[in-house]
Order: sequence, then structure tokens, then C-alpha cells
Amino acid sequence: MNYFQLFQVPAQFDLDLTELGTRYLELQRNFHPDNFAAGSERDRLLAVQQAANINDAYHSLKQPLLRAEHLLALRGVKISHEQRSFTDTGFLMQQMELRELLGDILHSSDPYALIDEAEQQIQQQKNVLLKLLAQALEANHHEQDLQAADIIRKLKFFFKLQHELELIEQQLQD
Amino acid sequence: MALLQIAEPGQSAAPHQHKLAAGIDLGTTNSLVATVRSGEARTLQNAAGDDMLPSVVQYLADKVVVGKAAIAAAIADPHNSIFSVKRLMGRGYAETVAQAQQLPYLLVDQQGLVAIDTAQGVKNPVEISAEILATLADTASQTLGGELMGVVITVPAYFDDAQRQATKDAAKLAGLNVLRLLNEPTAAALAYGLDSGQEGVVAVYDLGGGTFDISILRLKRGVFEVLATGGDSALGGDDFDHAVVQWLQQQSGEAQLSHQSLRQHLQLARQIKEQLSAHDSYAFELPTANGTLALSLSREQFDSLIQPLVRKTIRACKQTLRDAGLNADEVAKVVMVGGSTRVPLVRTAVGEFFAAEPLTSIDPDKVVAIGAAIQANVLVGNKSDTDTLLLDVIPLSLGLETMGGLVEKIIPRNTIIPVARAQEFTTFKDGQTAMSLHVLQGERELVDHCRSLAKFNLTDIPPMAAGGAHIRVTFQVDADGLLSVTAQEKSSGVTASIQVKPSYGLSDDQVATMIQSSMQYAKHDMQQRLLREQQVEASRVWEAVSAAISADAHLLGSAELLDIEQALSALKVVSQGDDTAAIKAAIDKTNHITDEFAARRMDNSIRQALQGHKVDEV
Repeated sequence: MNYFQLFQVPAQFDLDLTELGTRYLELQRNFHPDNFAAGSERDRLLAVQQAANINDAYHSLKQPLLRAEHLLALRGVKISHEQRSFTDTGFLMQQMELRELLGDILHSSDPYALIDEAEQQIQQQKNVLLKLLAQALEANHHEQDLQAADIIRKLKFFFKLQHELELIEQQLQD
Repeated sequence: MALLQIAEPGQSAAPHQHKLAAGIDLGTTNSLVATVRSGEARTLQNAAGDDMLPSVVQYLADKVVVGKAAIAAAIADPHNSIFSVKRLMGRGYAETVAQAQQLPYLLVDQQGLVAIDTAQGVKNPVEISAEILATLADTASQTLGGELMGVVITVPAYFDDAQRQATKDAAKLAGLNVLRLLNEPTAAALAYGLDSGQEGVVAVYDLGGGTFDISILRLKRGVFEVLATGGDSALGGDDFDHAVVQWLQQQSGEAQLSHQSLRQHLQLARQIKEQLSAHDSYAFELPTANGTLALSLSREQFDSLIQPLVRKTIRACKQTLRDAGLNADEVAKVVMVGGSTRVPLVRTAVGEFFAAEPLTSIDPDKVVAIGAAIQANVLVGNKSDTDTLLLDVIPLSLGLETMGGLVEKIIPRNTIIPVARAQEFTTFKDGQTAMSLHVLQGERELVDHCRSLAKFNLTDIPPMAAGGAHIRVTFQVDADGLLSVTAQEKSSGVTASIQVKPSYGLSDDQVATMIQSSMQYAKHDMQQRLLREQQVEASRVWEAVSAAISADAHLLGSAELLDIEQALSALKVVSQGDDTAAIKAAIDKTNHITDEFAARRMDNSIRQALQGHKVDEV
């Protein structure tokens, strides 16, 4: 299913999220199963499926990584989930350094300073990659689409680091 | 454009005819039923003039007693008087026995599920809850003078799939048509009318008899979004009572209490708790084996007894806010629900934590039922111009068991429902034709720490080389939070059969058998009921299709329209007879003949929706 078509927004990476949110609510107002609670069994089933599709589409379009993946899938490029080795040594070094930084937080005398530092670094790298991703996707050529797929794989590492950082912060607060 | 004039005497075709619907708060300690009349939602009173029906069921050899009378009998007949059955809904025998040293019943293992041995034989929680629901429905239909078209039943937001399913099964057993299972906190916010004109974040703090829920909702232009829910399905005012009972036991020095005196102590504890909500101290007499003991408890002492429990609720508030990504000062309003929020310490602690004066103007015992009634009125179709949209989330993550006893999350908690997520699996042996899956619910990483929902056996997989078959398993959670699973082999398109073994639930067959055995003149009543069910479904289909034709006939060719109209009139004729199978066949035929039409309407209405037109304006 083409999620961009479902929401009637242009099939591009750069989306107006406010407009997307408004479209989402308009769709749910019409298709939420609550509108069919007194309806026949078939109508109720259809409504559940339709509302689930709408939720799924919104979930995918809202988040930049999933949106990019969906856009690439529509263009015939699938992000494979299997392990792929990176040849970009600069990227690998950077990952290792960030991991070390995260590992130090809990033993540090000033953990929050380290958290801030890690957060800043991750955010900065993410922003750089997201900008590159937007550029690659805008070109809409197969060559650049393959580059975009590589950028997505890298971004996933940063999103994962960010999640781990949040867990560490929670651990500290508890 | 009205192609068909829908006006059948006695049918509900007239759009202004008020349909009877009710909201039911099926509580741990008390249950209530409410309805909207003349635009106002109110709880309904039974013949004795009570709003609140104590959720207590007593089984006597020749009859079943529900409510106040059952409480009165409880001291003399503890084994057969079932309190707080909600705590047992969707629970396994082993886990209940492990937690429930203080339950005075004879617990029985019913194929892994917990059940209770009573004077009328073994009764499971679904059957016991059905008695409470049926009593409430009686109250409603007697007061309203007619049969209920549908009900909304509330459940704690924290309820897992098994507990929700059990609630729905109980309604089915009681002969009720469930329009929706609604989360209690959402109902409470609806009761305060927070859906209209209000914007901002609302926290609903619901401390009932047996469950604690905290929900964080966001209201924006009529949209009700549940941002996060949390709580504890085994913490409530009953625990306050137990804390007092323990204190009483310390005072009397009695190490062991008989079932009967445990009951007495519990009743006294409740009385003490209620008195201390209004007074600074309370003097009372405690009957013991060696005579009566004159005692008194101050509010300060009481507060220190329950402090650990209250603190536990605040910790859950903190965690849930964190899930919602908010700070306590971003919460604009706090709604108080449940009788236990009358306890002064609870109000103070909640007010301090959220730095906001909690809303208490609606009776905290009635607020959930009132909200459910408002929603039931909308869902049954009495109020079509409503602008409220309730977007709910799944309270606990759904996952699958993977190698090494780990759980892989398929649908994370707080995902908006309905939702469908698919996962692909492959075979690991040549010619493999079956595969089993274990579905769990919970937040922990180990299978042992999550709740087992069901085991599925996929069979009829076409034999292929190892890794050749790609089985796509789809998990769908509906608006009630209930899970269903389907599977399909992708390359061949063969739908693999699924055999479901619910870990803590009843299979459809078991529910059917229970319905059958609950009928006094089983066979005749059963047939009557099946007939009635098909007739109701037939009228729903007839109304839905008729409405669809009058709205969207332009999507049909004239031959198609003729076919559908013929099927409709055939359906109408057959549904007035008493041949259940023929009615079912006519429904199936109508559904089949309108499948394509339904799909076209769906596509069409998506386009309409985004052009700013509502479907029913066409």
C-alpha cells in the first residue's frame, strides 16, 4: 500500500507533519470502528482493518526513518535486515567511541555531564545524516537511492544509541 | 437521494427513534449501570433504590443471589459468597493460588484456569461476572422498559488480552451485545465532558477496590488520545482494608483467623476506613475468640498503615508520565475515580505530585458508569453529530517467544489501536508442514516474566525445502484491545490454519457450551437465542446495506443494484421467519453480494474524507 497516496500527500521525504496529523485525524474520524459499533459484522471487520491501515501508515510516515524506508520500498529499494558489514572505518570508529562513552556514564562521578555530551554528539551526527538522507532521496535516482539506503542503516545505529542512552538515564533516576 | 424509503413499523429505521443503550462499570467491589435519558447521563437504581450493586455473588443450591443480600449472607456462608471476582478474570489457577492466601473460597483448577467450587458446582469467573452483568441489565431494562440494544462495559486500562476477553465472554454469557470495551479512565474523562472545549493533558487517577490505573490523556479538538497508561492490576482499596486487618490481628494477637472472622475483620476494616475519611479518629469494638476488644485508630495511624500503598501508586504515576514523555507540571487536570480516592491521604498525595487540585465534583464511584453511558449512547447511534474521537492505545506490549526463552516485541505498548502488524517466519526443515508460535504480553525480556496469552499451531503449510516457505503471521488488535492472529504462506497463498490454545482464556467452544448449560431448558432456549442473534444480525445487515444504497447508489451499476435489492428483500422476508440456518444463509448471501460494493464505498469515502466532505453528506 502507498501510504503517501492514502494520506494524499506528495511522495517525498520532506513532509509537513502538521498537515499529516490533520489528515490522519480526518481519516480516523471517518473510519474508526466506533463509527460502526452498531453496524453489521462485516462492516465492523472492514472498519477495524481500515483503521489499522491508517494507524500503520501514520506511524510509518511520522518517523523519518520509517518514512524514508517506505519511500525507498515504493521505488523498489528494500532495506535488507541482514547484517551488512560497513567499510566506512570513520563511521565504525565513531560508533566505538560513542559506545565507550555510554559505558562510562554509570561509573562516572558526574554522569549527567557525560549524558549531555553523548546526547549532543548523537544528535549532531543524526542531523548530519538526516540532511544527507533528504538530499539523496530528493534526487530520485537509483544510484542515490542506494546511497540513501546506506545512510538509513547508519542512522539506525544512532537511533539505537539514543534509545540506550534513555535507558541509562532512567536507570540513574531510579 | 433516497432510493429506498426506510420506514418499517416497529423497526428502528426512523432516525430519531431513541435506542436503548447502557454503560456498565463492572467493578471489583461495586458495579453500576447508567444510561442517557433526555440528554443527561445518570446511574440507574434497582428495585431497592440502590445505584451501586455490590459485586458479590452467592450460590445457593437452588438459586443465585447477587448484591447486597449476598454480602449479608457472606459471614455465614463464606465458601459460596464470591467477592471481587474481577481479580480472578482471565487468571490461571497456579498464579491465583500463589497470590491469594486470603481468599476464603475453594479454588479449583479448571483446565489451567481458576474456578471456584460452590453449592451449584464449579463456577468460573466468567460465569460469576455474567451473573452481575445480567442483574445490571435487568435493572436497566426494567427501568427503561425495553431490551438493551447494546452496552459499553468498562475495564481497567491495564487489563491484558485474557482479562478483556474474559469480560467480553461474560457479557456474551449474560446475553448482552457489547458495543465496546472502554477503558475506565477514558470513561471518567468523558463523564467530566473534558472532550468538549478542553485542551491539554489530563491525568486520570483511578483507585478502585481492586485495581489502580493511571492514564495520561491528551485532548485536542475533540480528539481523545491516550498517551500512556500504567498502574497495578492487583492494588486497590481492598489492600487498605487488608492492611487494617493485619493491624487488627496484631492488636488481638490472633495468629490465624477463620474464614468467618476474616470476613468480620474485613467488614470492620472497611468501616474504619470510611469513618477516617471524615473523622480524625474512630473508636470501635473488635470481636475476638476471647471476647470483645475496645480499640481506636487515628487517621495518622491509618495513614502510616496505607502510606506504602499510596506511595506505590505515585511511583506508577511517575513511570507513566515518563512513558508519555511528560513532566508532572505539564498535566493540566487530574480526574479522581474510584471510592478509594475519598481517602484524604490519597487526595493530598495526588494533589502534591501533580501540583493541581484534583477534580472530584462527580461521585467518584459513579463517574466511570456515567462516562460509559455517554459513549454507549453515541455508539448505538442516538447521537450522530458527535465530534469526539477516542483513540486508544494497547496497554501492554505483544510479543513472540524466540530462541532461548526471549520475547521479541511485535507491537509495543502504547501503540494506537486498532493495529495490525505482520511478521515473517520460515521453515527450518525440508518438508516441514507445521510450526508453533507462543504469544506473550508484557514489558520484560524473558518469557517467564511475561504473561502467556496463547500458543498457536500453524498447520497445512505446503511442504517445501527448508527456508522455502515464507509464512506471514498477522497480529491484529481491535478497538477493544483484543488480539486475533491470521497466517498465510506467501509463495503459494495458502492460508495456514491456526489452532489457538489460549493460556488463560476460554475457547469459543467452551463459551458456547457455557451458554448452553446456563439455560434452564437448555435446548429450546438455546435455539431461541441463536434465532434471536441471527435476526438481530440480519436487521443490522439490512439497515447497513439500505443506508449504503441510499448514500452511494451511484457506485453501482443498475444490474448490481437490482441484485442487491433482491438479496435485501429476500433477507427481510427470511428474517421474519424462525429458520435460523436460512437467516444465516441469507445474511451470508447479502454480505457476499455486497463485498465489492463495500470495498468501493471504502475507497470512495477515503477520497471524500480528505476532500473535507463527510460520507453521509453525499
